[in-house]
Amino acid sequence: MNTHIEEYYDIIVVGAGHAGCEAALAAARLGLSTLVFTVSVDSIALMPCNPNIGGTSKGHLVCELDALGGEMGKCIDKTFIQSKMLNRSKGPAVHSLRAQADKMAYIGEMRRTLENTEHLRIRQGEVSELLAEIVDNSGKRRITGVKTCSGAVYHAKKVVLCTGVYLKARCIYGDVSEYTGPNGLRAANELTGSLLKLGIPVRRFKTGTPARVDRRSIDFSKMEEQKGDQEIRPFSFSNEPEDIAREQVSCWLTYTNEETHRIIRENIDRSPLFSGDIKGTGPRYCPSIEDKVVKFPEKERHQIFVEPEGLYTNEMYLSGMSSSLPEDVQHAMIRTMPGFEHADIVRNAYAIEYDCIDATCLKPTLEFKEIEGLYAAGQINGSSGYEEAAVQGFMAGVNAALSSLNREEVVLDRSQGYIGVLIDDLVTKESHEPYRMMTSRAEYRLLLRQDNADLRLRETGYRIGLVSQKEYDRYLEKKEMIAAEVQRMQQTIAGSNETTNAFLRKHGSAELPDSRGVSFAELIKRPELNYELLFEIDPGRKPLPWRVREQVNIEIKYEGYIRRQMQQVEHFKKLEGKKLPKDINYQELKGLRLEARQKLEKIRPENIGQAGRISGVSPADVSVLMIYLEQRRQVERKEMGERQKP
Amino acid sequence: MESQTIAAIATGLTESGIGIIRISGPESYEIIRKIFRTKSGKEPDLQESHRVHYGFIMNVSRETSDQFLDEVLMLNMKGPRSYTGEDTIEIDCHGGVLMMKRVLDTVIRSGARLAEPGEFTKRAFLNGRLDLSQAEAVIDVINAKNDRALRASVAQLKGSVSRRIRECREKLLEDTAYIEAALDDPEHIELDGFSEKLGQDVEETEKILRHLIDTAEDGRIMKEGIRTAIVGKPNAGKSSLLNVLLGEERAIVTDIAGTTRDTLEETINLKGVTLNMIDTAGIRETEDTVERIGVERALKAAREADLVIYVVDSSVPLEEADRQITSFLNENQKKAIVLLNKNDLKPAVTEGELRDLLPKETRILSVSAKEEAGIRELEDLIEEMFYRGGISYNDELYITSARQKEALIHAVSSLEQVKNSIAQDMPEDFYSIDLMNAYTELGYILGEEVDEDLVNEIFSKFCMGK
Repeated sequence: MNTHIEEYYDIIVVGAGHAGCEAALAAARLGLSTLVFTVSVDSIALMPCNPNIGGTSKGHLVCELDALGGEMGKCIDKTFIQSKMLNRSKGPAVHSLRAQADKMAYIGEMRRTLENTEHLRIRQGEVSELLAEIVDNSGKRRITGVKTCSGAVYHAKKVVLCTGVYLKARCIYGDVSEYTGPNGLRAANELTGSLLKLGIPVRRFKTGTPARVDRRSIDFSKMEEQKGDQEIRPFSFSNEPEDIAREQVSCWLTYTNEETHRIIRENIDRSPLFSGDIKGTGPRYCPSIEDKVVKFPEKERHQIFVEPEGLYTNEMYLSGMSSSLPEDVQHAMIRTMPGFEHADIVRNAYAIEYDCIDATCLKPTLEFKEIEGLYAAGQINGSSGYEEAAVQGFMAGVNAALSSLNREEVVLDRSQGYIGVLIDDLVTKESHEPYRMMTSRAEYRLLLRQDNADLRLRETGYRIGLVSQKEYDRYLEKKEMIAAEVQRMQQTIAGSNETTNAFLRKHGSAELPDSRGVSFAELIKRPELNYELLFEIDPGRKPLPWRVREQVNIEIKYEGYIRRQMQQVEHFKKLEGKKLPKDINYQELKGLRLEARQKLEKIRPENIGQAGRISGVSPADVSVLMIYLEQRRQVERKEMGERQKP
Repeated sequence: MESQTIAAIATGLTESGIGIIRISGPESYEIIRKIFRTKSGKEPDLQESHRVHYGFIMNVSRETSDQFLDEVLMLNMKGPRSYTGEDTIEIDCHGGVLMMKRVLDTVIRSGARLAEPGEFTKRAFLNGRLDLSQAEAVIDVINAKNDRALRASVAQLKGSVSRRIRECREKLLEDTAYIEAALDDPEHIELDGFSEKLGQDVEETEKILRHLIDTAEDGRIMKEGIRTAIVGKPNAGKSSLLNVLLGEERAIVTDIAGTTRDTLEETINLKGVTLNMIDTAGIRETEDTVERIGVERALKAAREADLVIYVVDSSVPLEEADRQITSFLNENQKKAIVLLNKNDLKPAVTEGELRDLLPKETRILSVSAKEEAGIRELEDLIEEMFYRGGISYNDELYITSARQKEALIHAVSSLEQVKNSIAQDMPEDFYSIDLMNAYTELGYILGEEVDEDLVNEIFSKFCMGK
């Protein structure tokens, strides 16, 4: 009889944070027996840092994930306590939804969802070793399962690593350092060794979180109130605003000041970041308050948003104030801010260091190039943020499942979604700091709006099998309604008459010249008009759902821009379509520069487009690759021709 | 790096004072050690790069023992500090065609292979020594038909066009980056008032690019010559005129002959200006099918020409065919010169009579092709029309390729879109689509953006080998 437990699964997910939850749900929902490990069942879907989901470009990720059949959007729609559309004054491409979560409600909701999903089981325990066998003499391996600290062996066809910030985690503030994960949760100290043994390159990154303050000690009268939107928008395409309507709570805005900055500057040498105690690289785009004070010396103040952690608690999160300064400095600096004079600090800010991998060793499917069946998603890949983690977890879980079902895996490209941009960046560009999604990273932003995420990705989600028939039908119906209404707008003519001109005058728009009418579409394109306003001269229009009306307006209003962006995508697709053969030997390829040769050998891009995005590969190198492909094609064609000869 | 060593005569196969043989590739040094001897009979000392060596090229054929071939100067350049970026040898030998061929033969028998057209440039490009606009300029140098074109090519090769375009491109990137940064970090980066600054930047950039586009037509004329069509009735003296222009010291570079009733094309170098002369069939009402085709071709040639020379036989009265030509000139707004030919004969047509039929500014010269009278005035007039009035070539930047011109036109139209967006008060994030388009187009010119069509086009000029 075995002295240890031994079980068999299709898919094992290591970690149950935002990546792990999506990975496990996707795999189990596709019918595969799935096991998800967590160091603590109570920390499933934990939000150890900020209490919100979405925000600039992250909102896009959540909407895309929802369109594909992920869980995050539905979960936050059920558990948010404030909802806000950011950047409303800017173009539709950068509108971003952000919701404050009730943290406990969120993790409770996600946990219930996991617990009640068929084919999905949860295990508390620490995975200490990856089990793999050699496939052939090329040195490639295949994953066979995992082993836990207790010695139990779990066999699996595929393993998805979603270890977050737990690998050899260390929390630091001042000269205090604790070898734990977030909130004192146990770190996973064994697995890194196993990764190294398998030849996986491991790096050390750091991130941080601000202090939490007791709301009873805060004087909100000295701050600006930040209310949620009156008209709320759901993240999920399966929800309508009325389904999720609820009472919202406020956030608050205060500022640091000269005194805050003086305290930080005077104690900067006590920061482990500046003293060199922290070796990990931090995110440039999510800097600590001491980073900001050092980097922007001319700024007299920085914004600090004060956000509730949930309805269940008095703790307030100080967004914009992450720090690893010593406890006494933290207390002093926080108390310089208006409203915080008597602040009672419940939890200190701290930095956290952890092991992660160099994601360029992954394919765009998130499978390791050298280890068949092993996938990685989330912060282990060097990203930061819940949303970034969730979408990777979903894609890795889907691909692990599709692969074990012998179905074709799914890769989104940069023109299909922020998810495509995120994963392509991670596996192509060597990132030297935690990667955060940003709108500027997406080249084809105007096409990748959150409002049209379903139009872009529902089809894919349905094909994968994670979008229900009902949801899919709803999408098809919406698509039809949009097309019909856009056409009607293009074909309906507003006559040059007093009704039209009175309408135009009323909205400060130029009147129509005598006797020549224009289409409704032409009017919508005018900066001062839009589809909704045109109702006044189009009273007979059919009532349409708000999502349809929104699309009609955007598609018509920005038609020229959208068309030009689509041309950019066409060019992109051309290069993306030039596949680089798997057996290509870059060492022997004439004309490549040394650096390009090394980078190409390491990353082994899938196509010419990806090759061009590798830093260190110049356009001239790409030309060489294109010439090589052309020559190879000619040689192959010639050989084909010869073979066909009798 | 390429593994093969290539060699070619770098100066063209003409009888000139000095001929240069260039060798490039990993075995260049080895080859020159085999075939070069110093005055004292030693192998050259190639330790130091970029040195000039005086000595002799030896014949290393198997049949005969080493034999003195030519007295030469030899320059060794260690890669990557050479034109191609590879180890390179240049041999300055005596310029006779036969001698250059013999030296090249020796080089090839010692291990190099004959370079394909443009292959040095291709290697320079692949080794990152040239950007695309420079590579194109080199091709132009190779194909340059006259001095002025050569001067424009050389200016471009030095990167004057590249530099100007690169500056524009950097400005566009800076502005785009600012917008993007502001979208991601609105707390620290303000967009208030940015559209005015952007508007000015775009305006300035557009001005520079438009100027470059304006030089493109001049650049083409410099490179390809002035397309000149000679038209007129049969027997007006078109062929005699062509013969006079072709005569004396003027060199014939190419001749593509058609049938007698077709068009005849000649390239003439006139005071450093290339004229591509098309002598057309006579124009008149005709029932003859063959001749009608000739007439159609003549009109087509005239339509595509930069300059139309209309030869009038002043000894016979104007008739319907002349009206056909003058109405063509009126409709097409071509640069034109009218020659009242045969002024040695009794005039039947007056200048005034003709002037009434022609566009206002048309220049009329009285000539006799037969007597070669007025020909100098014609030459002066052509030079004045195309070089003094239109094209100034001192220290100017020229765009000489159609591809570059097209990219510039696209870039300008994208900048127009940006201005339009600003005028319409669109949100800032819309600007970046067109800013990036302009940026990309300029990148195509510099070879800093991957454009597969362009790569195909450029490399087709390099005759791809194995």
